[in-house]
Amino acid sequence: MEKIVLPDIENLHKINIYKENGGYTSIIKALSQSSDDIIDQVKKSGLRGRGGAAFLAGLKWSFMPKTTDKPKYLCVNGDESEPGSFKDRQVFEFNPHQLIEGILITCYAIGAKTAYVYIRGEYHKWIKLFQNALDEAYAAGFVGKKMKGSFNTDFTCEIYVHKGAGAYICGEESSLMNSIEGHRGYPRIKPPFPAQNGLWGCPTTINNVETIANVPKIIEKGWQWYSKIGEPKHPGTILFGVSGHVNKPGVYELPSGTLLTDIIYSYAGGVQGNKKILCVIPGGSSMPPLRGDQLDGVKMDAESLKAAGSSIGTGGIIVMDEDTDLVKVLARISKFYYHESCGQCTPCREGTSWLVRILNRIVEGKGSSHDLDMLINVATNIEGNTICALGEAAAWPVRFMVTRFRDYFEERVNKEITLPVKNKVHSMRNTEFPLADIKD
Amino acid sequence: MEFRFSQDNLDKIKDILKKYPTKKAAIMPVLYLGQDQNGWISKEVMTTVASELEITEEEVFGVVTFYTMFYKKPVGKNHLQVCTNVSCMLRGGYDIYNQVKENLGLENWGVTEDSKFSLEEVECMGSCGTAPMMAVNEDYIENLTKEKVNEIIESLKSKN
Ligand SMILES: Cc1cc2nc3c(=O)[nH]c(=O)nc-3n(C[C@H](O)[C@H](O)[C@H](O)COP(=O)(O)O)c2cc1C
Ligand code: SF4
Ligand code: FES
Repeated sequence: MEKIVLPDIENLHKINIYKENGGYTSIIKALSQSSDDIIDQVKKSGLRGRGGAAFLAGLKWSFMPKTTDKPKYLCVNGDESEPGSFKDRQVFEFNPHQLIEGILITCYAIGAKTAYVYIRGEYHKWIKLFQNALDEAYAAGFVGKKMKGSFNTDFTCEIYVHKGAGAYICGEESSLMNSIEGHRGYPRIKPPFPAQNGLWGCPTTINNVETIANVPKIIEKGWQWYSKIGEPKHPGTILFGVSGHVNKPGVYELPSGTLLTDIIYSYAGGVQGNKKILCVIPGGSSMPPLRGDQLDGVKMDAESLKAAGSSIGTGGIIVMDEDTDLVKVLARISKFYYHESCGQCTPCREGTSWLVRILNRIVEGKGSSHDLDMLINVATNIEGNTICALGEAAAWPVRFMVTRFRDYFEERVNKEITLPVKNKVHSMRNTEFPLADIKD
Repeated sequence: MEFRFSQDNLDKIKDILKKYPTKKAAIMPVLYLGQDQNGWISKEVMTTVASELEITEEEVFGVVTFYTMFYKKPVGKNHLQVCTNVSCMLRGGYDIYNQVKENLGLENWGVTEDSKFSLEEVECMGSCGTAPMMAVNEDYIENLTKEKVNEIIESLKSKN
């Protein structure tokens, strides 16, 4: 099977090796066509976003206004902070030039002259690796003003790296833009959507690293070729990151629609100690968990996973064996969202804190059956009532885990008693001055 | 303590400003420069950044307090960041975290008396496939075991 984003070519991160393998020819091909043609091809290829929502990339690009006095921007989302996701860093490390070429083609298609690549701050090493590749591309005249000469074109494009500073929420597209603008990373209310009103009020497109890295191959080999790989409704290969209790964790690039069980057993080497699987989260920690006894036939693409009751997310597959303490896992996942809530919306800010406190009580063996209902209740009240989708990201794991593993959770709680939960005012993210707990 | 950017950093700020249409947008990279030079982001660093970028101190304060990687107080020379999020947890992340705590006698965000070490329990670092992991300052150390952690800490102790 051919790999598109991470082919097995040694030293592909070096510009000369990338060029020897056909690199930087797709941009030339793209520049010889109109930008509308490029958008059309990417639309027809069926390429869908790899950042979580699996939105059609070409369609998103077509929302960018054609006539505007304002500058247009592309933001490339390399914030990669969803627990269980570690794929974009492979692109920075092993195929950065394909990402750069993809950025050039995308900018040409949407009419942007500036792209910001937002990389999470913890990725110091991968920021350096990507910056090195970018410096090489600038020096070769493939990026920046020199493009005019190298490609004999009027189109030029600058690419800048913006380093995050440890905030999961900055992966959310509107928060990411606020972060680049130099504000706190608060998500914005939509509409207006970024294509109308994005960075500095200008038309902006935001795409994931892996999404953009697919683009050069689509232009090179044609949309027909791409659309035939994997599942027709969600074509292409996907970088699946497998972690948890498997023998060979890692990133596997496979056609969309590959069986989840194949990925776990054939590619990731099966479960450690040949144990049974209790639970799998198929798309990063925000996505609804699946029961281990319901994995047969589940295919890894957006539509199939939806039908199976979950979501493709970032393709981060977290495998838990039969001896896993699911209550602890859920408490830990909830702690993450509690920590990362930006604090703008009350249901998210307060709700995530309630989820953690109730779950911790159950971990300590002091929970009641009533608590399980309360967890679902609190989660349901977060969903749909917030500015951004971190609300859902926090609520889904709780609601679906407790519902799908009700038997498991019932065993861990006392059926008789109901306990009050102490109220607590949750201070804003990381301020040095936490508000005092309300005393009861 | 007074804080002034070094000439080298002032030159870097000039380059950073070229990347953005507004001065304010340079705040994160400029704060990083301040943190690198000063070791952490003190009140004085914030004031200097504000005047350098012609924005209010409140704006700088708001940004600094939003992000965990801007240190609001000094950290140790070796800042150990241990991930305990789900994929690491499944492969013994908490054992690693507790091991470090015990070895150094530190709680989360604690600093040893000789300022050589500080500890932070961090969220997912994007190393789930090579879990458990920790980062020492900017470097990731992956596929950790309890033994390996002790070795690393001991070797760091013996360096100055
Ligand atoms: C809380 C939250 C965190 C997110 N984190 C990321 C991220 O780290 N990387 C990413 O590409 N998309 C992330 N997204 C999705 C982005 O908002 C956006 O949909 C995506 O970058 C669009 O790119 P795509 O269409 O190519 O998938 C996040 C969304 C939410 C709600
Ligand atoms: S849902 Fe949560 S993270 Fe998103 S804007 Fe509201 S408080 Fe912030
Ligand atoms: S969970 Fe620890 S690196 Fe992802």
